[in-house]
Amino acid sequence: MKYICLGYIEPGKFENMSESERNTVLDECFSYNDELRKNGHLVAEEPLQPANTAVTVYWKNGKVAVTDGPYAETKEQLGGIQVLEARDLNHAIQLISQHPGVKLKCGTIEIRPAADINEIMRKSERRRRKDTSR
Amino acid sequence: MSERSTEQIRELLDSLYRVDSGRILATLIRLLGDFDLAEEAMHEAFAAALSLWPRSGVPGNPRPWLISTARFKAIDTLRRRARFDASQDELVRYLEAQWNSAERSNEEDSLEDDRLRLIFTCCHPSQAPEAHVALTLREVCGLTTEEIAKAFLITPRTLAQRIVRAKAKIRETRIPYEVPTPQELPERLGAVLQVIYLVFNEGYSAAAGTEVTRAELTGEAIRLGRLLAELQPEPEVIGLLSLMLLHESRHTARTSPTGELILLENQDRSLWNREQMAEGVALLEKALKSRRFGSYTLQAAIAAVHAEAESVAMTDWRQIVALYNRLVRIQPSPVVRLNRAVAIAMRDGPEVGLTHIDAVLEHGELANYYLAHSARADMYRRLGRTAEARSSYEKALALTQQEPERQFLQERIRQLK
Repeated sequence: MKYICLGYIEPGKFENMSESERNTVLDECFSYNDELRKNGHLVAEEPLQPANTAVTVYWKNGKVAVTDGPYAETKEQLGGIQVLEARDLNHAIQLISQHPGVKLKCGTIEIRPAADINEIMRKSERRRRKDTSR
Repeated sequence: MSERSTEQIRELLDSLYRVDSGRILATLIRLLGDFDLAEEAMHEAFAAALSLWPRSGVPGNPRPWLISTARFKAIDTLRRRARFDASQDELVRYLEAQWNSAERSNEEDSLEDDRLRLIFTCCHPSQAPEAHVALTLREVCGLTTEEIAKAFLITPRTLAQRIVRAKAKIRETRIPYEVPTPQELPERLGAVLQVIYLVFNEGYSAAAGTEVTRAELTGEAIRLGRLLAELQPEPEVIGLLSLMLLHESRHTARTSPTGELILLENQDRSLWNREQMAEGVALLEKALKSRRFGSYTLQAAIAAVHAEAESVAMTDWRQIVALYNRLVRIQPSPVVRLNRAVAIAMRDGPEVGLTHIDAVLEHGELANYYLAHSARADMYRRLGRTAEARSSYEKALALTQQEPERQFLQERIRQLK
């Protein structure tokens, strides 16, 4: 099963660390990620630039609108995403609870099971095929 | 050592995982003293085997290889953690010392004992009963969090939290990883048997839709029962195994191809599994001979009377009532009393049965138990009191969510008209 882990971090927390503190955290996190990767648990990962670089796209008055966002005032913000391959939810929790990012209280990590939408996609494909055959 | 392709190795490891991961994990938990570390190390060892065996060949005895590899992996893990957390240092030294001690020798023999220890740890009285079931199914039977949650109709995250808390409790309160002493055994064994029976019942009272998972549960319960009977052949352990086999032998006859429930009286008895039945009866005789049997053995004896009857009419209801009388004495629960009342109705007729059912219902505990109302409705139906029968069936219908049961009750109401 795949589990998507969303890592949240308090803005400024990282920046306010001393250089040696920051290096320790980075070294530990990267070394744990290596371990996860080596054991086939880390399928994909993507760190994110700070939330103040984000834009939000939506539909307004019949056209596309783009604003800054999301809400920069929230306490914790999405800092990165990892996709884990784990046996079950408890295995994913166990892998994440060993993560130095959690242990060193850099932030919180939300675990979401990947959704299986194969059936929905197949149905949609059948609908679309029907449309074109008409 | 033999040469095999990666694909063959993968298949071999898959089957090793299915058959042996429970035993390997149990041993690792004993050696490492930590559930999570053991599980992680076991997965690493399987991963290592997949990458090494295609080149190095399959070791002659894969199980000890996996155990010792997992052990080294765990020590590596702890060493890595020790770089950041000094408290792990001591643990590493302890594990290394233990590894070098004489303990290495009789590893293979202790595997089964380790599973038994693990069952007792999972069913430790300091944990809540829900935690017993969840831990046993996940750690001993190897079911996933999602599978267990589905079978018990709860969300995976509720179950995951339950498991995390239960494991934390094992760590924090240092629940010993051992088979209880003979003095503690009766009570501790009771908790284990209860878990096995709960798992079985959950699988047996099959709700439509999740049928596959449910069938797995009865299978797991019987497997646990066999394991326990082999390792701890107490009369009640044998009695429980007998009870489960006798119930399971009627499995195919219990539901129609379209998933409707078929009552005992309408079952095609040629569909009963004779092999399971014979094994159940043989075990029952063994348990009865001990003269130290209890409620599981008595329930098995009741099931055996049903199993041996050619039809409902030919059933020895006098004997069934007599067995219920004994059962009520050691387990005076309202559900047992209700079953006894139904047996009395079969022996003495619906009028007498109704008096007994009403007496049970008067106590109040079963007011929301659908089977009590459906049994009552049945008495009215047999007495030709249609209006009262309908109202009782409707009450029962309102109290159950299980689809096969609902269909059955609705059919009964239709037939009344």
